[in-house]
Amino acid sequence: MTVASMPPIPEIPRSPLGRLRWAAADGWTLTRRALTHWVKRPDQLVIGLAFPVLVVLMMGYLFGGQMEVPGGDYREFIIPGMFAMTMVFGVEATFTAVAADAAKGVSDRFRAMPMSPSAVVVGRGAADMVDSLAALSVTALCGLAMGWRVHDGIVPALAGLGLLLLLRFALVWVGVYLGLIAKGPESVMIIQILVWPIGFLSSAMVAPSTMPGWLGSIAEWNPMSATVTACRDLFGDPAQAALASDSWAAENALLLAVAWPLAIAAVFFPLAVRRYRAMGR
Amino acid sequence: MTEPQFAIDAAGLRKTYGATRALDGLDLRVPAGTVHGVLGPNGAGKTTCVRVLATLARPDGGRAVVAGHDVVRDPGRVRTRIGLVGQHAAVDEVLTGRQNLVMFGRLYHLGARWARRRADELLERFRLADAADRPAGQYSGGMRRRLDLAAGMILAPSVLFLDEPTTGLDPRSRIEVWDAVRSLADGGTTVLLTTQYLEEADRLADAISVIDRGRVIAGGAPDELKSRLGGDHLEIVLEDPGALDRAAAVVARIAGTEPEVDADALRVGAPVRDRVGALTGAVRALDEADVRVADIGVRRPTLDEVFLHLTGDPTDENEEVPA
Repeated sequence: MTVASMPPIPEIPRSPLGRLRWAAADGWTLTRRALTHWVKRPDQLVIGLAFPVLVVLMMGYLFGGQMEVPGGDYREFIIPGMFAMTMVFGVEATFTAVAADAAKGVSDRFRAMPMSPSAVVVGRGAADMVDSLAALSVTALCGLAMGWRVHDGIVPALAGLGLLLLLRFALVWVGVYLGLIAKGPESVMIIQILVWPIGFLSSAMVAPSTMPGWLGSIAEWNPMSATVTACRDLFGDPAQAALASDSWAAENALLLAVAWPLAIAAVFFPLAVRRYRAMGR
Repeated sequence: MTEPQFAIDAAGLRKTYGATRALDGLDLRVPAGTVHGVLGPNGAGKTTCVRVLATLARPDGGRAVVAGHDVVRDPGRVRTRIGLVGQHAAVDEVLTGRQNLVMFGRLYHLGARWARRRADELLERFRLADAADRPAGQYSGGMRRRLDLAAGMILAPSVLFLDEPTTGLDPRSRIEVWDAVRSLADGGTTVLLTTQYLEEADRLADAISVIDRGRVIAGGAPDELKSRLGGDHLEIVLEDPGALDRAAAVVARIAGTEPEVDADALRVGAPVRDRVGALTGAVRALDEADVRVADIGVRRPTLDEVFLHLTGDPTDENEEVPA
């Protein structure tokens, strides 16, 4: 190797702005890495997108025939629930990707490089958000085909979409944190088992007002329910009025749909970054 | 700043995990531009040593300067001057070889053009140019390791850490990796190499530190270590188990020390000083004692024997020590 071809040694930025620029550049590099994965493995992408569609079709047509929703239609009623379910299930993907990097030593390599420590976490988060947007779009198209409609105009509908992405954003950090403390990507089994009760014990499939009181309360306070209920309001779901309960959680669903994700992110983002830094085991 | 004389200068490093003392006062000095082998059984502290020096783990005590920067006070600068190749090939298996190197180049904050140029150079240098556009997941074990090495070399680091670089590789891939390491060292990179394979340390290292229980128990050039064990070794293989006692007595008299007797292999051996005198003396004395000999010779000890002698543990046993 000739001296002329020696790459320049990067100067570590001292100013906060310079550090931020490094963090952004590194985050972007890692986001592109994750996006390249989808291009390289379209089969995985298709499976990932087909899953929510499968669940929507299953719920809509298997249960939809028997489920009676006052003033509305079950197939329309569950679509916001399916959106939120898709967001919650996304934790699995985040978890698997993070745990796989840690197990393969890729995380160690990153940590021994002069990278911004938050970049790994941020890059993962950004890529997962893109993924979620794709999953939401596909689920929405499926929903439209099944009779789901937006009744109150496009702006509230977009606000609903924003709430769903906010929930996913909060859950990214949960997934990253759990992925970092896990023994390996195989532990995703535990997440796969956990997301089902979280998904079902909510207002996603059934209105909590129809559940036994104590169970309904748990379901209403489930962070996912806040997002689902707020989305039904924003989409103008016709069944919402008849099924809504008068509990505080249900009445303030919109507030909770913002507060819950922010609270989750406020806890798990620092935990995830700290855990990543402290991987110095 | 002047180039430091020692690329790695560590003193009294300590690191405890729960009740396990992974490093227990480890001292290590590696002159710039040399290959240094860290040799030890599983759980001896080799990996922890690399993790501390590569800024992945914070030592509980002691001090280490790598490439002129303190690993605790200035880990960021250390990271701009080191490369790390860990035990698993830490590459993205979905991305191609080239995409991997460009990505790591960007993460080292090389601009886009530098990152691409450096990727091309390294692919060429590690003989991966033909496979550059195939996913790394399709590479052979040896190729993946070479890609891993290339990724560790992106910034042309002054210190490269290799943690058991050939563990799990087939013999052919192992030789490929050895060649790559050798050429890096010839280019002036200081290499710290941990290994369980004595042959590997013997082949690659200018100097060796033998570590056990988190501490250096012996050090020096491979030849020095071997001669410290008594230099030459007289070894006799018998034809008849009945002659073991007589042969042992002869060897004891010539070597002036209690010989090692391996009854199953019918082997008697002992360290000797004067190799020619010992050999001729042994042949004559065995003949007089009417001992029939299948094989006789004087040889230098292998590093395996040095290792066994120093640690008192067989190298391939790892009960009681956590991985």
